[in-house]
Amino acid sequence: MNHLPILPVLIPMLTGILLLLPPIRTTLTRQRLFALVAAGLNLLVALALINQSTSGEIAVYALGDWQPPYGIVLVADRLSSLMLLLTSLLLFAGLLYASSGQDEAGRYFYPLMMFQALGINGAFLTGDIFNLFVFFEILLIASYSLLMHGGGKHKTRAAVHYVLLNLVGSAIFLFALGVLYGAIGSLNMADMALRVRELSGAELQLAKVGGLLLLVVFGLKAAMLPLQFWLPRTYATAAGPIVALFAILTKVGVYCLLRVHGMIFGDYAGEISDIIQPWLWGTAVLTIAIGAIGVLSSPSLKRLAGHLVIVSVGTLLSALAINTPASISAGLYYAAHSTLAGAALFLVAELISEQRGGALDMIVRSRPVAQPVAIGITFFITALALIGMPPFSGFIGKLMVMQSAESITQMGWTWSTLLIATLFALIAFSRAGSTIFWRTKGKNTDEVAGSSTKLAAIWLLLLAAPLMSLFAGPIVDFTAATAAQLDQLAQTPQILLNGGGQ
Amino acid sequence: MEMLVALAIGILTATGTFLTLRGRTFPVVLGLTLLAYACNLFIFSSGRLVVDGAAVLNQDLPIPDPLPQALVLTAIVIGFAMTAFAVILSMRARADLGNDHVDGTEKRDDQNGEQR
Repeated sequence: MNHLPILPVLIPMLTGILLLLPPIRTTLTRQRLFALVAAGLNLLVALALINQSTSGEIAVYALGDWQPPYGIVLVADRLSSLMLLLTSLLLFAGLLYASSGQDEAGRYFYPLMMFQALGINGAFLTGDIFNLFVFFEILLIASYSLLMHGGGKHKTRAAVHYVLLNLVGSAIFLFALGVLYGAIGSLNMADMALRVRELSGAELQLAKVGGLLLLVVFGLKAAMLPLQFWLPRTYATAAGPIVALFAILTKVGVYCLLRVHGMIFGDYAGEISDIIQPWLWGTAVLTIAIGAIGVLSSPSLKRLAGHLVIVSVGTLLSALAINTPASISAGLYYAAHSTLAGAALFLVAELISEQRGGALDMIVRSRPVAQPVAIGITFFITALALIGMPPFSGFIGKLMVMQSAESITQMGWTWSTLLIATLFALIAFSRAGSTIFWRTKGKNTDEVAGSSTKLAAIWLLLLAAPLMSLFAGPIVDFTAATAAQLDQLAQTPQILLNGGGQ
Repeated sequence: MEMLVALAIGILTATGTFLTLRGRTFPVVLGLTLLAYACNLFIFSSGRLVVDGAAVLNQDLPIPDPLPQALVLTAIVIGFAMTAFAVILSMRARADLGNDHVDGTEKRDDQNGEQR
């Protein structure tokens, strides 16, 4: 049996536990080294999984060798591997950034980051919908504590909202699972996808209710309108390296929509096929619109970044709404780009706020940052990537999403909202950049410590912007194959029950 | 039997939803607890209700579905942890923000203890 798929769950879990125990816990240096090594290992495993999945192989790992549909399975296909790679990159960059000082602000930083990664990795791997709930709770409870890292009034206030909202979300998730189990009689996603085709009468209606309840749950995670109000404030108050890892959390929501609704309630689900499609168009367009308005009205860089996350979720939702292999492929490319570039922006904002004294990351006239050239160039490239200007990956991502629109109506909605949102982002970034770097007063002669590690962490993420456009060909081949594989899985879920295969 | 369970779940959910929408953290936490109870009962009943079923495998008696019982155990444990966290967070918020409103600001005109 190939044990690779369990490693992304095991590595962060064991590391998190070991980090709490004496020989490693006693000094911060040991914690830093150990956590970075583990994050590096995690990255290698994700690369190995990508390598394994390029052959088209779907690794189905039956925990304890209990065969599906009765046992819990982990499924590592192309989509899961891609998301795992993104998570491990963010984790490594976040830990690297925090290792030059920010980890001292609160206790248990490294164990909590590891548990957060455990939850995210598990959510991307699991093939069982109740197990998905469990991993959601793991990532949530770690994120609750991480959000409070460093302490302070604003963090407490944002955390109260975030925690209470997500507790309600978890309750709805459980109700949805109860309804689905009652109606379908299975919790293994592939088995559910098979059984849902044969439902009729009252049970069909129940399954529909369950599917739509899940849309609410995943919509809350993905920050889809009207469930997005928590995001900007929460992300603006948390510490940079933590939010950089949070950048994948909204994508967990979108991933679940793609996985659960694409497979169980997707194109081949008989009478209840595509139940979320009627809801997606409106929410996608409105999510982009509200995010774009938020981008213009942002008083600080982190708020700006938070609203851009909402815009990117809206863009992904419109790719899901078009719902062709081409649009899913485009959406996956865009998801990879927006996760990495968005996380880079959060780190840049953190670095800027560290060097500007009381002005933090507010877009106001203040003293300059201590390293205007290095940070300025980094900010400029992040901004270009996120706005979607050539030659960076944002341009290709947005272009592909727009090209995948088929009918005139689809083109009208996606092109207009996306292009207007792009213009708004351009305006907001021009204003923010010129205010922070050019309209300065006084001089900044502060000594800066450890900023080269921080810049290295940012560039680790930011290098993806030019590289993803340089190697756009192979990456698009991969995402296109991913979309085809997802379609194949939705059509014949039996593959997963029979243990993967080619 | 069905009616009794349905009523219990319904009343718990309704009370929980009402309390969750209140303006202070204490009723909200209580509401979330009640919602969690409702969830647990609901999941428990998703395996269909069986009266006088076998506790352990027995060939003569009807066997209830064991899976929801395992699920509800997980849900209860997670629910406890989350409630404990919410309680501690509410106390922290009361200390940090100086009041127990969920959005952290006490309005001037509700000094008589009324929620908005």
